[in-house]
Amino acid sequence: MPLKTKLSCRNVWKLYGANAERFLDRDMPPSGEDLRKAGIIGAVRNASIDIAEGEIFIIMGLSGSGKSTLVRCLSRLIEPTAGQVLFDGTDLLCANEAELIEIRRHKMGMVFQHFALLPHLTVLQNVMFPLTIQGVAKSQAAESALEVVELVGLKGREAYYPRELSGGQQQRVGIARSLVTEPDLWFLDEPFSALDPLIRREMQDEFLRLQARLHKTIVFITHDFEEAVRLADRIAIMKDGEIIQVATPEELVLNPASDYVAEFTRHIPRSKVLSVGGIMSAELTGEGDPIPQVTRISAVAEEIISADSPRPVCDGDGRIIGSIGRNAVAHVLFGSGEAS
Amino acid sequence: MRSIARFQTAMAWGLILATLLLGWFGRDLAKALDARWLVKFPSAWVIHFKTKISAAMKWLVEEAAIGPVAFTDITRALAWLIEQPYELVLAFLAHGFFLDSGADPLVILPAISWIAVTAGVIALGHYCRDWGLALLVGACCIYLAVFGQWESAMVTLASVLIAVPIGAGGGLMAGIWAYRHPLGERILSPILDLMQTIPIFAYLVPILFMFGFGPVSALVATIIYATPPMIRITILALKAVDPEILDFGRMAGTTERQLMWRVLVPSASQSLMVGVNQVIMLTLNMVIIASMIGAGGLGFDVLAALRRLDIGAGFEAGIAIVVLAIAVDRLSQAFAERMGQIQHVQPGSWLARHKRTALVTTLLAVTWVLGQFSPLLLTYPESQTITTGVFWNDTVKYLNVNYFDLFEAVKVFFLHWFLLPIKKVLLGLPWPWAIAMLSLLGWRIGGAKLALLCAALSTLILISGLWSKAMITVYLCGASVILATLIGVPLGVLAALNRRAGAVVNLLIDTLQTLPSFVYLIPVVMLFRVGDFTAMIAIVLYALAPAVRYAAHGVRNINEELIEAGLVSGCTKWQLLRLVRLPLALPEILLGINQTIMLALSMLVITALVGTRDLGQEVYIALTKADTGRGLVAGLAIAFVAIIADRLIKAGARGARLRFGLES
Ligand SMILES: Nc1ncnc2c1ncn2[C@@H]1O[C@H](COP(=O)(O)OP(=O)(O)OP(=O)(O)O)[C@@H](O)[C@H]1O
Ligand SMILES: [Mg+2]
Repeated sequence: MPLKTKLSCRNVWKLYGANAERFLDRDMPPSGEDLRKAGIIGAVRNASIDIAEGEIFIIMGLSGSGKSTLVRCLSRLIEPTAGQVLFDGTDLLCANEAELIEIRRHKMGMVFQHFALLPHLTVLQNVMFPLTIQGVAKSQAAESALEVVELVGLKGREAYYPRELSGGQQQRVGIARSLVTEPDLWFLDEPFSALDPLIRREMQDEFLRLQARLHKTIVFITHDFEEAVRLADRIAIMKDGEIIQVATPEELVLNPASDYVAEFTRHIPRSKVLSVGGIMSAELTGEGDPIPQVTRISAVAEEIISADSPRPVCDGDGRIIGSIGRNAVAHVLFGSGEAS
Repeated sequence: MRSIARFQTAMAWGLILATLLLGWFGRDLAKALDARWLVKFPSAWVIHFKTKISAAMKWLVEEAAIGPVAFTDITRALAWLIEQPYELVLAFLAHGFFLDSGADPLVILPAISWIAVTAGVIALGHYCRDWGLALLVGACCIYLAVFGQWESAMVTLASVLIAVPIGAGGGLMAGIWAYRHPLGERILSPILDLMQTIPIFAYLVPILFMFGFGPVSALVATIIYATPPMIRITILALKAVDPEILDFGRMAGTTERQLMWRVLVPSASQSLMVGVNQVIMLTLNMVIIASMIGAGGLGFDVLAALRRLDIGAGFEAGIAIVVLAIAVDRLSQAFAERMGQIQHVQPGSWLARHKRTALVTTLLAVTWVLGQFSPLLLTYPESQTITTGVFWNDTVKYLNVNYFDLFEAVKVFFLHWFLLPIKKVLLGLPWPWAIAMLSLLGWRIGGAKLALLCAALSTLILISGLWSKAMITVYLCGASVILATLIGVPLGVLAALNRRAGAVVNLLIDTLQTLPSFVYLIPVVMLFRVGDFTAMIAIVLYALAPAVRYAAHGVRNINEELIEAGLVSGCTKWQLLRLVRLPLALPEILLGINQTIMLALSMLVITALVGTRDLGQEVYIALTKADTGRGLVAGLAIAFVAIIADRLIKAGARGARLRFGLES
C-alpha cells in the first residue's frame, strides 16, 4: 500500500568547523577525506530519507555516527548547514520563529535519552508543561495530562518528583509528556538506552502497545540492533555521518549493502528477523493451516520442524502464495549465517 | 641546550641578586652619584592626573548632560530609586514610621519589636531546616539584643535586605543577557575580570562624589562590589544546564522568554542559590567599608570605635557583625538547601499549613498593640543590656601589662628581620631598574604583550607621583602574602593529605571567611597597637583562606596514576610530596597565591586605619576629604599593582600547566 510521506529530508548536511558553509558551495560534494583535511567535522553528510505516515523509522549507528545530529536537523533543533527538510510537504527550514513554535507545540513530540525532566516539577506538572506554556487552561491541561499519565501506567504517582522515580518510570513520564499534545510526529532519541536490559524490554513492549493504539509517525534512534529489529518498520544505518542503507530489518539481513552493515546484523539470531515470506519456496504445496507470510520464523519454527510435510504460506488476504518446509527453517536456525 | 639553560638560570639569579643589592644600597648610591632622582621621582616630572580628574568629575557632576537630562538627574533618580525601599525597610526594622520630621515627631507605627523579629527568625530557621538552626539563629538575635547592638544591627540588616535583592536580581539579569547574546558575554567578561582585580575602594571616591555621603552611596558601592560573582555564576549555571533540557524546552514550543524563565532558570536554581549566598557574604563583607561613605549601623560603630581606638566598643560591634553574618549565612544556605529538596504539599486548611506565618504575624500585631503600654515589648530595655567593652579593655590591659615584653619582642623581631629589610630594598630600588626588571619578567613569562602591560602600568604609577606609596603597598602586601603563603600552603597540603587535619583546617578557614575583613584588625590592634606589623597580621589573617584552599585542592586533584607511578618507583613519602605532588599542584597553588594577593590589596584601605602610609591611606584620606581625583588616582594605582600581579601569576600558572601537559 503506497503511504503518504510525512517527513523527508533531501541532501541534508551538518558540518562543524570554521568556514563550513563555504565548503559546500562547490560543484562536487566534499568527500570524507576532503573534510578531514580541512579539519571540519561532518556530523551529517548528504542525508536523504523519506518517512511514511504511521511508520516506525529507526536510525541506527555507532556512537558518534551522527544519529542525534540528524534527528535534531529533522526537528530543526540544529540548523542544517545545507539541505531541505520537508514536513507535510512544506520546507521546515523556511519556517520563521513563530511558525516553528506552532509546529512544535502541536505537531511534534520528543523523548530524550536522559529523560530531560524538569527537576522542580512533579510528574503531573512535568506532563502538563507543554500544555501550560501554550496557555491551555489549568484544569483542562491537568485532565489531558492525567489521561496520558494513565496511558503510560503511572497512575497514582502524579504528585511524585522525578528524583523519586526509577529510570524506567522517569522515561514513562518523558513519554507521557511528549504525547500530551497529541503530536503527529514523534522523535525518540535513544529513549531506552539508559535503562537496564530487563526494563528496556518491558518498555519496548509498552512502546509497541502504545503505537498500536496511537499510529504516530515515529523517528526512533538506537544503537542496539536487537531493539531496532524488534521495533522497526524500516531501519537507516549511519556511519560517520552518512546513511549507508535504508531497508526493512529483513532486507538488511538478506542483502546488506556493505560489510559494515553485515557486521551489524551478524550477531542477531536470523530467525527473529526473517519472515516466513522471505525464505518460502514458490511451490503451492503443503498441508495444514496456512502461515501468514509476515510471521517471523522464530514464532513458527518448532511447528514447522515437527511437522512431516511443508506448510502453506498465505498473504494478507489469505491467498496461498507458497510453502515452507523444515529444511528452509533448519537452514535459518542452524546455518552458517550466510543468507542463501 | 644544557649550557644555555644553565646560563639562563645563572642570569636570573644574577639579576635577582643585583636587584636586592641595588635596593639595599640604592639610597647611598643615589647620594654618592648625586642623582637622587633615581630613587625619588622628581616632583617636577609628575603629571597631576588628580587635578585633571577632579576637574573632569566636577564637570560631570555639574555640567554634563545628554540633551535636557543632566548627569546629576540620572544619579539623583538612581539614588531616589534605591532610597525609597531602603527608607521603608529602615523605618520598619529600626526607626519606626513618623508623621512629620519635626523636633518631636508623631509616631504612627514604631519599628518592629525585637521579640517579633526574633520569633520570625526562629520560625524561618525551623522552616528551612530544624530546631537546631532555629536555636542558633534565635540565639544570634538574643545576643544582639542583650549586648545592646540591636538597633545598629537592624540598620545594617536593612541595608543587607536592600543590597542583596538588587545585587542578586541585577546579577541574574546581566548573566542572562550575557548568556543569550554572545556580544553580552564579550562585553561583560573583561569587565568582570577587571572588577575582580580592582580593589573596592578604587571606586568608593567617585561614588561618594556622585551620590554624596550617605546610605545610598554605601548601598551603591555594596551592590557594585557584590554583583560580579552573581553574574559569573549565572552565566556558568545557565551554560551547565543539561543540553537535553534545553532541547526539550525548544521542542515543547517555548518562546524565548518561557524557555528562560520556565525551563533554564528553574533547572539551574541550585547553582544560582550559590550565587545569591555569595552576594550575601560579600554584602556583609562590605559593611564596615561602606560605613566610610555613609552607611550607619554596626559598620559605623566599628569604624568610630577604631578611630577612637576604643578597643572594647569596636570589638563588641565587630562581634555583632560576625553574629549577624553567621545568622544570615546559615539561614540563606539552609533556605537554598530546602529549595532543592522535595516538598509535598500537606493537606489541610491554609492556617494548618502556615502555622509559623500565622504565629509570627499574630506576635507582630500583639507586640505593636501592647507596645503602646509597655515599651519593653518593642525595644529591649537598655538597663538590661550587658556590655563587655570594659571586660575587653581590661583583658587587653592585663595582657599588655603582663606580656608586654613578649608581644614587643615578637613585633620587633618581625619588624627588624622581615618587614624593614623588605621595605628598605623596595624603597631604595631605583625606579628605572625596577620598571626594567618588571618588564623583563613579564617578557619571560608572558611575551611582549605582558611586558608592555607591565611597563605601561608601572610607568603610569610612576608619573602620577605615587611611586613610593606604591612601593610601600607592594612591601606591605608582599610581606603579608609571603607570610600567608608560608602558613597557608603547608596547611593546605596537610589538609589534603590527612583527613582529620583536613576537617580542622576546613573549619578554621570557613570561620575566617565568614568574618568581615576588619574584624581581624581589632584584636591585633589591641595586642600590638597601630603600625605596619599590626596591618600585616590583619592582612595575613584575612588573605590566608585562598592560599589554603587552592593548595589543598591542587594536591588533592593530582591524577592518582601519577602518585601510584611514584610509589611504584620507590619514592618515600617526602620524595613523593616534593617531587610529584608539589610540582603538579604548583599551578593551583599559584592561583591561590593570586587570590591571596587580591584579598591583601583589598584589605589595604582598612589597614590604613591603623596608620600605614601606603596607597590605601591615600584613598582613605581622599575619602575623608571627598577628593575625587586623589582617591581615583590612588585607587587606580592599587588596581594597576593588582593587575600586574594578577597577569604575571596567571601567565606563570598557565606556563606551568603547559609544561605539565595539563593544558594545550
Ligand atoms: N556542537 C558540536 N560541535 C562539534 N562537533 C559536534 C557537535 N555536536 C556533535 N558533533 C560531532 O558530530 C558527530 C556526531 O554526533 P552525534 O551526537 O550526532 O552522534 P550520535 O550518533 O548521536 O552518538 P551517540 O550514540 O553517542 O549519541 C560526533 O563526531 C560529534 O563529535
Ligand atoms: Mg546521540
